[in-house]
Amino acid sequence: MNGVPMEHGLVLAAVLFALGLGGLMFRRNMIFVLMSLEVMLNAAGLAFIVAGTGWQQPEGQAMFLLVITLAAAEASVGLALLIQLYHRFRTLNLDVASRMRG
Amino acid sequence: MILVWLIVIPFVGGLLCWQAERLGGRATRLIALATMLCELLIAFGLWLQLDFALPASGGTQWAVEYRVPWIERFGIDFHLALDGLSLILIALTGFLGVLAVLCSWREIVRRIGFFHLNLLWILGGVVGVFLAMDLFLFFFFWELMLVPMYFLIALWGHSGSKGSTRIGAAIKFFIYTQASGLLMLVAILGLVFAHHGNTGEYSFSYAVLKETTLSPTLAFWLMLGFFVAFAVKLPVIPLHGWLPNAHAQAPTAGSVDLAGILLKTAAYGMLRFALPLFPEASQAFAPFAMALGLVGIFYGAVLACGQQDIKRFVAYTSIAHMGFVLIGIYAGTELALQGVVVLMVAHAFSAAGLFILSGQLYERLHTRQINEMGGLWGRLGSMPGIYLFLIAASLGMPTTANFVGEFMVLFGTFAIAPWVVALASVGLVLAAVYSLMLMQRVHYGPPQSDTPLKGLDTREFCMLLGLVALILWVGLYPQPLLDTSSAAMQDIHRLFDAQSSPLPEAR
Amino acid sequence: MMEHATTLSIAQPTTLLPLTFLLPLVGTLILAFSRGQLSYRASATVGTASIGLAALTTAALALGFAAAGPQQLTLWTWIAVGDFTPGISLALDGLSLTMLGVITGVGFFIHLFAAWYMRGEDGITRFYTYMNLFVFSMVLLVLGDNLLLLFLGWEGVGLCSYLLIGYYYTHSANGWAGFKAFVITRIGDVFLALGMFLLFTRLGTLNIAEILELAPQAWQAGDTTVELAAFLLLGGAMGKSAQLPLHTWLADAMAGPTPVSALIHAATMVTAGVYLIARMHGIFELAPTALYVTGVIGALTLLMAGFAALAQTDIKRVLAYSTMSQIGYMFLALGVGAYDTAIFHLMTHAFFKALLFLSAGAVIISCHHEQDMRRLGGLWRKLPLPYAGFMVGGAALAALPLISAGFYSKDEILWQALAADQQGLLIAGLVGALLTSLYTLRLIIGTFHGTAKSDNARHAETGRGLAHGLPLVVLAGLSTFVGAWITPPLAEVLPAGPGDATHVGHSSLELLAAATALGGMALGVWLFGLRRGWLRLANRGPGAGLWHLWHHAWGFDLVFDWTLVRPYRLTVWLLKSDLFDGLFRLLARLVRLLHLGLSRTQSGRVRGYAITMVAGVALILLSLALVIQGT
Repeated sequence: MNGVPMEHGLVLAAVLFALGLGGLMFRRNMIFVLMSLEVMLNAAGLAFIVAGTGWQQPEGQAMFLLVITLAAAEASVGLALLIQLYHRFRTLNLDVASRMRG
Repeated sequence: MILVWLIVIPFVGGLLCWQAERLGGRATRLIALATMLCELLIAFGLWLQLDFALPASGGTQWAVEYRVPWIERFGIDFHLALDGLSLILIALTGFLGVLAVLCSWREIVRRIGFFHLNLLWILGGVVGVFLAMDLFLFFFFWELMLVPMYFLIALWGHSGSKGSTRIGAAIKFFIYTQASGLLMLVAILGLVFAHHGNTGEYSFSYAVLKETTLSPTLAFWLMLGFFVAFAVKLPVIPLHGWLPNAHAQAPTAGSVDLAGILLKTAAYGMLRFALPLFPEASQAFAPFAMALGLVGIFYGAVLACGQQDIKRFVAYTSIAHMGFVLIGIYAGTELALQGVVVLMVAHAFSAAGLFILSGQLYERLHTRQINEMGGLWGRLGSMPGIYLFLIAASLGMPTTANFVGEFMVLFGTFAIAPWVVALASVGLVLAAVYSLMLMQRVHYGPPQSDTPLKGLDTREFCMLLGLVALILWVGLYPQPLLDTSSAAMQDIHRLFDAQSSPLPEAR
Repeated sequence: MMEHATTLSIAQPTTLLPLTFLLPLVGTLILAFSRGQLSYRASATVGTASIGLAALTTAALALGFAAAGPQQLTLWTWIAVGDFTPGISLALDGLSLTMLGVITGVGFFIHLFAAWYMRGEDGITRFYTYMNLFVFSMVLLVLGDNLLLLFLGWEGVGLCSYLLIGYYYTHSANGWAGFKAFVITRIGDVFLALGMFLLFTRLGTLNIAEILELAPQAWQAGDTTVELAAFLLLGGAMGKSAQLPLHTWLADAMAGPTPVSALIHAATMVTAGVYLIARMHGIFELAPTALYVTGVIGALTLLMAGFAALAQTDIKRVLAYSTMSQIGYMFLALGVGAYDTAIFHLMTHAFFKALLFLSAGAVIISCHHEQDMRRLGGLWRKLPLPYAGFMVGGAALAALPLISAGFYSKDEILWQALAADQQGLLIAGLVGALLTSLYTLRLIIGTFHGTAKSDNARHAETGRGLAHGLPLVVLAGLSTFVGAWITPPLAEVLPAGPGDATHVGHSSLELLAAATALGGMALGVWLFGLRRGWLRLANRGPGAGLWHLWHHAWGFDLVFDWTLVRPYRLTVWLLKSDLFDGLFRLLARLVRLLHLGLSRTQSGRVRGYAITMVAGVALILLSLALVIQGT
């Protein structure tokens, strides 16, 4: 367990997060956006685990459980939205759904 | 406890009306009418029962008082109190409430229950304003009466000409009054904190805050906060923008209430709060206030001449009349202050009458544009005669209440500020100009058609005749009114007298 | 000095006094609430009877007055706040009794005549309602013992005047004429109101008797304040009495029915200004400048109106300008301090001018509403009674010596002016007398002599009936020397004029005045009757210019139009869009502009929001890092 230094784990989490963020910002397809969100959530979870292990604290794992539940909830809402999006616009392109523009 | 009833009755009546819509429109209207009559009767009973002469020294200034703690942590009480001034205005509220219900008998056909709910809640809020002696409670009622008024204009209003919509008018009304109300809240809080700073205790009580000592600068700014809040409602130029739209777009009942009572809450607020809480600052401010009153008289008169919509016309004349009220309030002599009371009552009657007549004209002609009228004298039965009377009242013809009010204000102010009076008197000429111009353009000239229109039915005739009788009564024998308010007005007058520094104009 | 009389005697029940105004009020109310149910005859009967009964009451009061003297009656206190306690209280003295007699007496005959004049008109009930209301207000005006009650009547008569001028409401012009009359007199009323404010503030009372008593104690003669007060009262009087420069409304006021012109715009309301000044003489005695100005205004008005009357073609307008001119005489008399003479002339003028107007009304109705002299003429055979009325009334107007009432009163005015050593005013009065003779002759000759110049005149119908004949006969009687026998009981109320003590040179002035009047008449007959070539003068060169100028009464209307009406209209037009409110509308527009700018950032695209958010977070982190590094 202590073979991997905490920094490596955190860097991995940061990289994953950055990838997710990039996907979120630059993909138009909603499925990819949702996937990116999952990646970001899991990156945050990974950071919690790594930090919890590194400092020998249980809160890290508790937080990860929370993140998992959140991610599940988010995925279900997101997928529901995705179906609605496709239903309304016949496309998964997010930029089409911009009716809330000012 | 009777004071609580005065407030509760309209609110409960409103809820009953709302539910009674299921029983049909007639039941709703009857309930509303009964509620307002009840209110009026209670006020009248109080008037007969109580003695409003100046209380003995050491006694309280109130004839009836009701007080229970509300939010003790901040020193907020549910404190109601009644003196002659509030009683007159409450009776007026009851009377105009009855008129408002009666004049919407035919006009309102959609959502009758909700309409009467709003109407009665406005009146309830107004009664609360007239009774509240705790600044927090006062603010509460002050804001409370705005919301139903907003709905009244927005839901049952008429859209006027050239793009001015009822929604726009309602929003304008709400923004103006809400913003000014917030300014007042700031001033109230400032006053409370200043008092806290002096004594270490929180209190919103009128009697306590009246004794607060303030630095002149702070007093001036706080006074200004109150003044602006009331000035929007009165209205004082240049804060009058909401009034013509709101009046023109509101249903008749709304206009009657607006002109008759809501404007009076502002004058009441000045008399009850702005002056007694900040006597020195108010006195220093008096010349400006009187100048603003003068501007209002002229501006309202000139703009009234340029209107095409009869309801907008009456709205602008209200601005001119309220100019006299403002001058009278800040003149501060007993005669002027008593004149203000009479003028408030008189204007409530005459403006309400003119709005009711405008509504009835609209019901018959389906237009409010003056240039589509003309020559109506022979076509409307006895309505033009009453119109003429109300026009005469609005231009201050002797024997009408308006004359008594205006002339008492002018007599009372002359000793303090002769030049203001000299200029305000020019407003009397302008009043003749705009009033008779309306008469000329609506009723004289060649008729547009020869077919007679429907004359007044019994309900309309009784309403208007009642108004005419009251205007004449106050015009010829205002003494009961004056006796009722004399103690309250003398109190305010003493505040002005106590100030040693005379006004710049004083001679 | 008038004493504050409170004596009441049993011989003179006080209950009679309120009847003088209650009867017209009852008439008004009956008519107003009849809601069109009354027949023509019933309306006329109610309207006339109420005034007739009031006239009888006045007669009874006059009898009682002879026995018991002045009386005072408080009905109730109108307003009581501190010192301010004007009451609904009446005072009857010689002056108000005289006025009362004129109002109800002449008023009754005019009401009676109106029953003939108005037959066949719509809305007779409305007519009599206004007329009775007018008499009610006018009675209150003269009976009020304080200025505020006087002001009540003062405004009331103004309103009735407005309503009656605009009686034929279907013509806009009539309404606007009433509008003009009301607004211009209201300008005067504002001066009166300011005078009241000033007097009350300084003397602490509005009771006229008390004011007259306190004023000499409070002020020296010529004190600025009292001069100001007198000028303000004068302003009120000028508006109501159509004196220069507030006179322009009276000629237009002729749009009303002719009995209205007779009652309101000749006999009673327009003379209210004279009454006011006579009533407040104590103030004017203390204000020599204001008094002098009163006389000068009177003199100027009588000349201005005299010339204007020469160039009118409408017979009613001739009479209107002659009314202004005659009131100018009254002001002249007031200006030299001869208050009783002014009231005397007021009374005789009421008789003969009412007669002239009623005769004119008879002509107008007989000739099918034709009132232009250029289309009348040759009527003296067909309309003998109006002709006689015009002859008697015209004689009184032109002050035909010895046999006319006008001679006695006008001669008295000229004598007072001479006795007061006011040569300028005297000369103006004499020139005015010449002008009066001229335009009177022109009026009579143009209307009744020569040939009929239109079909309306050729087919004139002779008026019949008691309502037509009786008023003319009675008023004609009063316009002769008979009327001059009536001596108003003014000695107790008004101070003696300057010419009351001596009469040195009075007879020579009388001769001069008589010669002027007769000379004027002779000239008039020569000019308008025999040598009609004179009239051609008016058509060319300077003659036409003068004619034009006088026809438009020296162009005062134009001046007011350019100095007051047009600037006011311009102001209304400029402010029409509510300038101050525009300020706030500007604010609203600014907010909207901001909104337009910022709403661009709300693209509605989720990715855009995400990018912005990330950029924002990055920016915050970066700046935080920089800050931390900086420390």
